[in-house]
Amino acid sequence: MNVVGIDCGAKYVKALVLEDDKIKAKSSVLSGFDQKAAAQEALDKALNEAGLKKEEVVHITATGTGKEEVTFAKSTITEVGADAKAVNFLYPSVRTVIDVGAEEGRAIKVNKAGKVIDFAINDKCAAGAGTFTETMARALEVKLEEMGALSLKSQKSVPMNAQCVVFAESEVVSLIHAKHAKEDIVRAVHDAIADRIASMARTIGIEKDVVLVGGLARNIGFVDSLKRDLKQELLIPEDPEYSCALGAAFAAAEKAKGG
Amino acid sequence: MHWELLLQPRKRPKEAKVEKEYWRWPESRWTSPDIDWKDGDIISAGVDVGSVSSQAVVLVDGNLYAYSNFRTGSGSPESAQKVMDKALEETGLTLDKIHCIVGTGYGRVNVPFAQRAITEIACHARGANFMYGPTVRTILDMGGQDCKAIRCDGEGKVTNFLMNDKCAAGTGRGMEVFADLLSVPIEDLGRLSFEVDKEPEPVSSTCVIFAKSEAVGLLRKGWPKEKILAAYSSAMAYRVAKLLERIKIEKDFAITGGIAKNEGVVKRIEAELNIKALEPKHDTQIAGALGGALFAKALAEKERGLR
Amino acid sequence: MLAHYGYKDGSGEYFIVIDTDKCDGCEECVTACPYGVLEVGEDENDPFREEPVARVTEEHRKKIKYSCAPCKPTSGRKPLPCREACGPGAISHSW
Repeated sequence: MNVVGIDCGAKYVKALVLEDDKIKAKSSVLSGFDQKAAAQEALDKALNEAGLKKEEVVHITATGTGKEEVTFAKSTITEVGADAKAVNFLYPSVRTVIDVGAEEGRAIKVNKAGKVIDFAINDKCAAGAGTFTETMARALEVKLEEMGALSLKSQKSVPMNAQCVVFAESEVVSLIHAKHAKEDIVRAVHDAIADRIASMARTIGIEKDVVLVGGLARNIGFVDSLKRDLKQELLIPEDPEYSCALGAAFAAAEKAKGG
Repeated sequence: MHWELLLQPRKRPKEAKVEKEYWRWPESRWTSPDIDWKDGDIISAGVDVGSVSSQAVVLVDGNLYAYSNFRTGSGSPESAQKVMDKALEETGLTLDKIHCIVGTGYGRVNVPFAQRAITEIACHARGANFMYGPTVRTILDMGGQDCKAIRCDGEGKVTNFLMNDKCAAGTGRGMEVFADLLSVPIEDLGRLSFEVDKEPEPVSSTCVIFAKSEAVGLLRKGWPKEKILAAYSSAMAYRVAKLLERIKIEKDFAITGGIAKNEGVVKRIEAELNIKALEPKHDTQIAGALGGALFAKALAEKERGLR
Repeated sequence: MLAHYGYKDGSGEYFIVIDTDKCDGCEECVTACPYGVLEVGEDENDPFREEPVARVTEEHRKKIKYSCAPCKPTSGRKPLPCREACGPGAISHSW
């Protein structure tokens, strides 16, 4: 049975094709100005990769901030629910999920059965999401993909006072003018956002095992900062940005089976 | 829709090579034509080094003699020196003849020639008391990177305050971001925000980054920039009004700082709170430095045993 | 004077309010706070007051939501140690 999960995020729309618990294909498209069109594009790309026709898909479930725009989806699921489903499948030992996307950060507590028992969301302040690192990368003139490796080179920590993306950008510029090494500044950026994410996670209580998903999980510098702040090992799946899409696909499978 | 799609590069002050820099506001200096400092008994000064702008105010026996208002440079001590020099320009008055100088603002500890550093909260209250008179009880200051709500008594002593310098929403920088986005010079932001047939819904997010993102979407939908300005000014006014409600508003109400010059935000705040702000008679950005100069005078008097 | 330390950002309003008229500078709150959020020192906003007063440290003012988060879990919240420790009742939290 083939189902599809669509995660309509603030920056990227992700589509994932699931065939009986196996990931058959996945695709990611920039959300751009038209989320509806981007979702369609992501679906087409994924189906193409899977070698499937639209009619062969039994059910499509959408999640993400733009889930209402995905008109071709038969049902929707919240991102918290989707994350829980996906991570529970990937790591049954998980009890805490941290998901950091482009514009939203979430911390979710699940029980043995993978049911959500508590969660915290930050979707109102850009300093607690991927936008923060992206803006600083731009100010530092460093490619986003290179931020992680660069920050691991840092040997010393530089204090960063600003807690707002707009102010932090000015602070980074003045740190550059004060001749601080780029890797030290990048590390300070990662430490700052890791501190916020960790604090958010602490409000629901951190319990092993802790899984990190979302686009920011690909940033090894951020991961290192977060590990140090939480004093915890983090489990990170392959393709961490697809966790919500995977969860939505599982939801689709349940719906298709009459759940 | 992700903000990153705003492909305009950030115009940083030092590297900007564009013909018009929208975030620039007019810098100024002024000397009183009626006072001769040589006749004065106590000359005091205050220097306010903010993260975006700096001011210096000189008082002769507690009367406003000279002031200057300039963009803060890359270092606090240099900015403090520059703004002090500018204020003293063409007056013949030199630093050594000033009896007491107080530094305030974010860079207050870095004013090398100041005798004392006093917080901007205390200075703004004193300054507003001078600028608006002893009836002022509630002050809203929206600076470059902060927003302050202050309650004071008839002498300008602080009784309740709240300062928000964590979040750009409700600060001058927040407005600069929009001026940049819409390519509107700072001085025109207020006036343009009224050129709408009907007041639009405020932008939904208080976060400047998300509001900017939303604004780009609205621009693409065909919203004219005036409408977007109105929406953002509304959002800012609403946000600031909520902060003021936390310290409870008591008449008379006055607004200081750069944003006081933005009619669009001022009028909407007045509408939101249902209270009229007192009319400023001086440059609203000098409130902090002015308060500092008043404290400096008090300190000088204390030293002389006059208090 | 009611000193509000903290901020309002897109996600909410977070302020620790210290009533300096009630505060006697005893430092019980400083000891009670497990995260070093509070300190006692000169009243920065009243240049003519000589007695020390409690304040939120510079370091924590802009991230108070995160600093106080461990004492404010989403469920099972116990009374705040700083509030409990303050005899005159000078400390309050807005969230």
